[in-house]
Amino acid sequence: MESAQTADFSQNTSKTKVAKSKSLWQHAFSSLLKDKIAVIAFSFVLLYAVVALGAGLGIIASDWTKEIGPSYAAPTFKYILGTDIFGRSVALKAIKGTQVAMLVGLFTAMLSITIGVTLGAIAGYFGGRIDEFIVWFYTTFSSIPYIMLLMTFAFILGKGVTSVCLALGLSSWVSLCRLIRGEVIRHKDREYVHAAAAIGGGDFRKLFLHILPNVFHIVIINFSLTFQMAIKSEVILSYLGIGVQELPSWGRMIDEAKDELARGVWWQLAAAALAMFIIVLAFNLLGDALRDALDPKLKGK
Amino acid sequence: MNIYIYTIRRLLYVIPVLLGVCFIIFFLFNVVSPDPARMMLDKHATVKQIAEMRHELGLDRPFFMQYLDVVKSAFTFNFGRSWSTRQEISEMIMDGAIPSLSLSFPAFFLATLISICISLFVSFFRGKVIDRLAVIFCVGMMSVSSLAYILFGQWFLAYHMGLFEISGYEFGFPFFIPYVILPIIIWIILSIGPDVRFYRTVILDEIYQDYVRTARAKGLSEIVILFKHVLKNAMIPIITYVVIRIPFLILGALLLESFFSIPGLGGITLDAVKSSDFPVLKAMTVLSSIAYITFSVITDVLYTVVDPRVRLK
Repeated sequence: MESAQTADFSQNTSKTKVAKSKSLWQHAFSSLLKDKIAVIAFSFVLLYAVVALGAGLGIIASDWTKEIGPSYAAPTFKYILGTDIFGRSVALKAIKGTQVAMLVGLFTAMLSITIGVTLGAIAGYFGGRIDEFIVWFYTTFSSIPYIMLLMTFAFILGKGVTSVCLALGLSSWVSLCRLIRGEVIRHKDREYVHAAAAIGGGDFRKLFLHILPNVFHIVIINFSLTFQMAIKSEVILSYLGIGVQELPSWGRMIDEAKDELARGVWWQLAAAALAMFIIVLAFNLLGDALRDALDPKLKGK
Repeated sequence: MNIYIYTIRRLLYVIPVLLGVCFIIFFLFNVVSPDPARMMLDKHATVKQIAEMRHELGLDRPFFMQYLDVVKSAFTFNFGRSWSTRQEISEMIMDGAIPSLSLSFPAFFLATLISICISLFVSFFRGKVIDRLAVIFCVGMMSVSSLAYILFGQWFLAYHMGLFEISGYEFGFPFFIPYVILPIIIWIILSIGPDVRFYRTVILDEIYQDYVRTARAKGLSEIVILFKHVLKNAMIPIITYVVIRIPFLILGALLLESFFSIPGLGGITLDAVKSSDFPVLKAMTVLSSIAYITFSVITDVLYTVVDPRVRLK
């Protein structure tokens, strides 16, 4: 409601009050900065992103394939997190695994947002037959349990990073689509949209330049949540043997740990689980903080 | 519009959705998937062998007929035979249902009960340290990989400490219990995080309503308000949340069953993924979707019964 009013306001005011038209985002940003947990969580996300970028460019952990010691050496000062069956450093593998995790999270979130926002916005804005069709389409999709859909997609698309991202993205867009559709329906008859129509704005202009910015907070919150869900699901796909193959990933490390635990080799599980825990926790906390800061319904609580 | 017409209309809407589900399954398995005949035969198979195999599997028939087969299986529950074990799939499902339910039903029941109790307790102390700690704790628990919980529980609690059975299953009433205790505990731990968060949000949404202030103003105690007024009104989202997850119980816990060698439907599904057993995968997808659709109709109808404020459209 706040967002609609501010946008409304921005439509009708002159340049001198431009600063005010951004108040929702500025307000959200400043309250996020005050939230210590959000700042810490965001720093961790940035840290992981930098590490992932470094690993992707071959600056960090590029020699993870190198043998540094005996097979299954326990963690000591020399081998910080121990070694795996081939004597490779578990710490470097975990760092290299960041690359896959962040890649999968980013692409999955982008894909699911693209599908969800496009379909949801079109359904909500145009209504009628198109709406009925899209609602039918996502009802159908959501009738297949997530895990079955995910396994089926991953199984059919084959192994590898690309197909994991595709499978995850294709099975996780429904909830966002439903939310966006609902919000667009609530917004499309607001005054600011009529005002945009009055000065000659077409359907796409109204939808993409006027309505979507006002429901965009949902997308941002959803991005954070989809990202961490993708990281968690990649692990399950890798355990099933239909996940990432070519690079070390946390999922594959946990999968390997399954057989190693009986020998008392726990460090591979611990390293992967810890690396994953931190980033998933960071995204969860960030998602909560974003919701608190951006959701106009929660304002003042 | 009265409730009967609403129910009938809601039931009629099931048909296009079910046809759509069948279409997605058909499209994925019969159109875009890699050729199963090639997967089953080795790579030295001749063209003739592949053609024979395709004929045997019914893959050389027109697409429309293959789609009708999927639709037919959804209505008759006749899914054909498994490619890897040659067993009748409906029999496999019957056999697997009992172990799955013996794990998932008590686990789901206990998890729901415990989560609701915790969230009532936590909302009683809303805004205090206990509440904030509980929320952080929930997020923390949600952030650990489910595989990590399972592996740790199996290795440390069952193998290392010897507190539980490591894996396996026995049929019959009292015999299965030792095998499902640890999986049930892990299930509860896995669901407490998201569940408590959800129930707490729902309860807190109600606590700030006007009627609560009125109840407090006329001098009711906080406990009476919480149990008699708030819980009753929070029941609608809670019921939806609970009922809509019941269909997933038949799938059991895929990962738990596979790790603890429980011969349930989840284990069957994962085996089917590993051995590219298309008919079993299709059957499980169709079955779980039908269960989901059924329960979503039940939720929608329950909605209108529980809450007269819900208007029928």
